[in-house]
This record gives sequence, C-alpha cells and structure tokens, in this order.
Amino acid sequence: MQVFSIAFAALLGSNIILSRFLGICSFLGVSKNRKNALGMSIALIVVVMLSAIICYGLGALLTLLGMQDYLQLVVFILVIASFVQLLEFFLKKFIPSLYKALGVYLPLITTNCVVLQVCLDIMSPDYNFGTMLVYAFAVPAGYCLVMMLFSFIRTRLELNNADTPKAFQGNAIALIAAGLMAMAFVAFSGFAF
Amino acid sequence: MKKSKLSIFMNGFIYENPAFVIFLGMCPVLGTTTSVENGVYMSLCVLFVLLLSNTVISALRKIIPDEIRLPVYIILIATLVSVVDMLFHAYLDYGIYQSLGSFISLIVVNCIILGRAEEFANKNTVVDSIFDALGYAAGFALALISVSFFREVLGTGKLSWAGNSVTIIPEDYAIKLFQRPAGAFIVLGCIVALYSVILRLVNENKEKKAALKAAQEKAVSTAEVK
Repeated sequence: MQVFSIAFAALLGSNIILSRFLGICSFLGVSKNRKNALGMSIALIVVVMLSAIICYGLGALLTLLGMQDYLQLVVFILVIASFVQLLEFFLKKFIPSLYKALGVYLPLITTNCVVLQVCLDIMSPDYNFGTMLVYAFAVPAGYCLVMMLFSFIRTRLELNNADTPKAFQGNAIALIAAGLMAMAFVAFSGFAF
Repeated sequence: MKKSKLSIFMNGFIYENPAFVIFLGMCPVLGTTTSVENGVYMSLCVLFVLLLSNTVISALRKIIPDEIRLPVYIILIATLVSVVDMLFHAYLDYGIYQSLGSFISLIVVNCIILGRAEEFANKNTVVDSIFDALGYAAGFALALISVSFFREVLGTGKLSWAGNSVTIIPEDYAIKLFQRPAGAFIVLGCIVALYSVILRLVNENKEKKAALKAAQEKAVSTAEVK
C-alpha cells in the first residue's frame, strides 16, 4: 500500500512541476513541441532512475563515513553530470536513432533540478531500496504526464496567438495556463490510500 | 568595443532579467516566494554564490583547461552552495531555512549560475565579471521580491518581517489561492506581461531618442555644410 501512496503522490498529488515547482525551465522551454516534450521526458525518466540508484548507494557510503553534510551535494552533482555524459556516449554508439531524437535535450538534463531533487529526497530514512525505485520512477513519470498535457495546451495557445493580448503573448500566457492546470491538480492532493 | 560597468550591470538587471526575459532559473522564483522574507533570503543566497563563482572562474579562466571546464565549474559551484547551505543552517532562523528547503541545494543546478560562468566569466576580466554577477543577482532579486510581495499581500493580507507584520488587506478578504502553487504561476504570468510592456516602452523611448539625436546631428552637419 505504501508503494501506491508514494506513486500516487509523486504522479498527481504533489506533482513535481505543478506543486513543487521543479524543472520549470524545461517545462516552459521544451513544451512548445509535443515530440520534443516526449523525448525530454523519456530521457529524464532514464537518467533519474539510474542516477538515483547510484546516488542511493553512494549516499549510504557517505553517511557511513560521516561526510554527508559537506560532500553529498558535490558527489551527487558529479554523478549526475558524468552519468549524463556516459549515456550520451552510449546512445551515440549503440542507439543512434534515439540519440538523434533526444539531441540537445540530453546534455540539458544535467541542469534539470528534478534529477538532483530526487537524489536528495531518497536520502531520507523513509525510503528503502524498493520504495526508492518506485519514487524515482513516479516523479519523472509525473513530469512526463504534465509535460504532455501542457504541450497540447501550448499548441492551442500558439494557434490562437492572435487573440491573446500582446503583452501576454509567449511565456506569460503559458504561465497563466500552467496556473490553471495547477488549480486542477490541487484536487488530487486530498487523496490517500 | 569595451562596455561600461553600468551597462554590464543594467544588462543583467533589466534588459536580460533572468526570470522575466530569458526565463532561466525559474524554480526558486515560484517555489520560495510565499513571503517577502523568504524571497530576500533566497536572493541573498543566489547573490553570494553567483558573485563568488563568477569571481573565481574569471580569475582562473586562463588556468582551467577548456576541455574540462564544465565539470570544474560544476564542482566549484557545488562547493560554494554547500558552504552557503551550512552557513544558513547555522545562522539563519530555522523556520526560514526550512521553508527555503532544498531550493538552497538546488542553486547548484540553477541555469543562471552555470550560464553566467560559461557565457561571461570565462571570457572577461574579474572586475567585469563581478559587475555582471551583481547585475544578474539584482535582476533575480527584483523577480523574487516582486513576485513574493504580491503573493504575500494578496494571499495573507499582510506583510511580515522577522515576526512583525503590517496588515494591508483585512484577513477575511485575503485570497488564499495566491499562497498556493497555482497563485504563483498566475502572479508570475501577470508580472511577466507587465514587465514586457514596460520593457517595450523603454526600448521605444530609447529608439525615439536615438532617432531624434541622429536627426539633430544631421541638421547640424547640413547647417555646417551650408
């Protein structure tokens, strides 16, 4: 049951974009095009899950050595940055079609706050290895869900651009649409299993 | 052409305001702006990290090998952020520290800091980089403080600082929505729209002045010819 409540909260109740405000840069930047939004989300799911596994182990090691206060952040960001780089090499060599599809979004994942936030979250003692894996999948999956929904809205906004007041065109109206979406998502936050 | 210190500062502060114009590092602008106090401390954090990272990186720009510059920057920024995190944990009011939460740690992946290191500090002198950092930090603070001002006043009806508060709107008329995530998006959207109008007026005014000046110069030169 705990697994369900973790997954539900991460996906809908306290969604990473709409109620925890993370990954906003890519949320605004990449959501104009549905294909790119999907590519970014899939790349993010892969990176978050794998770097969470590595960081979980390394974090336990640092805690054991008593260095987590001052080394945790440096170690985690290094793991994430080198992991993204490795993934880039790997995809370029073995799955070039996916590499081409992800393009510039892959290196950008290093500076996506979602990855670092998940790695920091799972260091809390509430998580064991199993629930950690569920959490590390559900958070970027929630990101994916909101990205996809928002890219549909964004396409509509672009189509009706002429009707938008001049000052609101572009990102301002997108932010307000995101606000309305956040209001809808508040409805999910009351649920508990 | 060498730019003046003021124009470097104004570039980050107004014309390329990180939150309102180039839309980078948006997470704290939405996440830490429930009260003006939080907004101010968050901007102090960013100021500290950005100032030091820009200074150190531009001082070391000839030593850091070009191929590995990004990992070097990341480690440097992560170290600075760990320092700020520990300082705030030790000296700041614990309630504020908790409400800033992981947003302090997340400065590591804030695009503004890495972006400035990559775009400005590794090409320019230390003094210029300091002005650049001050400009961008001020622009960021402008965003944080204006968003948090509206969210606090509309959402709770009062402004508070270190335990003292002034009531502006009677509490019964405050709109709780603005304290919620949805309110953050809407306030930011409205401020971005307002800012774009102001920026357009400023630019038009500037162009008009430039055109007027050019016309005057032309008139003077034709008069001289005559």
